[in-house]
Amino acid sequence: MSLDLNSRPRFAAGCRMGENNNQRVLLMPERALRLNGPSLEIVSRCDGQHTVAQIVGELQLIYSKAEPRKVEQDILGYLVLLQKERALDFDP
Amino acid sequence: MPTTAPNPLALVAELTHRCPLHCVYCSNPLELQSRANELSTETWSRVFKEASEAGALQADFTGGEPLARPDIVELVRNARGVGLYVSLITSGLPLDEGKLDLLIRAGLDHFQLSFQGAREETANEISGTKSHQHKLRVLEWIKRYRIGLTLNFVIHRRNIDELEDMLAIVYNSGPGSVEFASVQYYGWAFANRENLLPTRRQLDYCVARLNRAEDELRGKTRVVFVVPDYYAKYPKPCVGGWGRKLMLITPSGDALPCHAAPVIPGLKFENVKNRSLREIWEHSEAFERFRGEDWMQDPCRSCERRTRDFGGCRCQAMLLAADPAATDPVCSLAPKRPKIDAILAKTNESQHAGSAATPPTNLPAKPDWLYRPNPA
Repeated sequence: MSLDLNSRPRFAAGCRMGENNNQRVLLMPERALRLNGPSLEIVSRCDGQHTVAQIVGELQLIYSKAEPRKVEQDILGYLVLLQKERALDFDP
Repeated sequence: MPTTAPNPLALVAELTHRCPLHCVYCSNPLELQSRANELSTETWSRVFKEASEAGALQADFTGGEPLARPDIVELVRNARGVGLYVSLITSGLPLDEGKLDLLIRAGLDHFQLSFQGAREETANEISGTKSHQHKLRVLEWIKRYRIGLTLNFVIHRRNIDELEDMLAIVYNSGPGSVEFASVQYYGWAFANRENLLPTRRQLDYCVARLNRAEDELRGKTRVVFVVPDYYAKYPKPCVGGWGRKLMLITPSGDALPCHAAPVIPGLKFENVKNRSLREIWEHSEAFERFRGEDWMQDPCRSCERRTRDFGGCRCQAMLLAADPAATDPVCSLAPKRPKIDAILAKTNESQHAGSAATPPTNLPAKPDWLYRPNPA
């Protein structure tokens, strides 16, 4: 599935952030996803405001020692996976 | 020694055994608890707080029909208030638009609506109630809100051929996820098993069609299929492993590792009225009994799959092998597997088995269903 770099990811219906025992999680119907490091950085920017391109740009700054192209590919793959799992919608 | 107990992740709150439906496969015990024995609002609210403090993330409100509790809005508010993700697992029957609005304002996160079929006649026969039309109305109301929605179609031999009509409901309503959950054979379903177990041809058709649906719905609706485990090669990792992930509280407050656990003789259940949730989770005999691997027999004991399926379901081992520590008899490696194969052979006798297009012929038009009653 191709992903529009100008779309704005936001949580799908029924998904929200939660926290327990100092562990951030993405809560969704029947499931929860532990968020650490990069996954937390990505998911906390899925607010319907940041575009995909902006998320990529900001993460490339945070993980500046990593190959930028690799960072982008990892983020796009993760966002598509979260959409498939119905954690994210992409607003135009 | 049993392994140390990780946190419970989910609290399954069976708020009541009362229910307007009388489904022939109801998963509740054959002996239902009466309204007079149900926990109070205050006790449930304390339980939610203790669950959250013990590390639980989710509270699944179920029953019976959780909407039969007059304090349901308050219970949702209190569970959400202590940080739990609140799901309502419901028939949708005792619901109107006003109540739905109150539930969502109270912080309900996720609505799981059950369907007993796609056609009114079938659905009403299975549930012993006129319920199908109302469910379709509820679905229309829910669509106006931005709330998690799962449709749950409980499927079996007598409605699996309506799969296309079920999918039409899914395509029209666009839920975040849909579950096609095959009946599992406990409780009332065990009693009615001969009329419920699908044929292999029905199942094969269903699997192929749902694979297509999964592709068509990708990115819109997540499609989950729960196979009838009698047809599986390996057992399901029942409750995610005994005492590993979830804790179920019955309407009167007994804490169970699995909702069918009372079928296991000699297990003693603690009650939340007398003990804290964490104490029960960490130390009660019932939760310790099948935790870890020490209780396992061969072939589980030396099987490399034991860390994935935990030997399958203890209650099914009890029901079919008369030994709750036996390998789940649905496992192809289990000594008792021939018993399952014999049941399947009977279901699939060629003159009886039917096809995806024609219903099985060895079933009476109106079987003698054993319907669950409503507790007092």
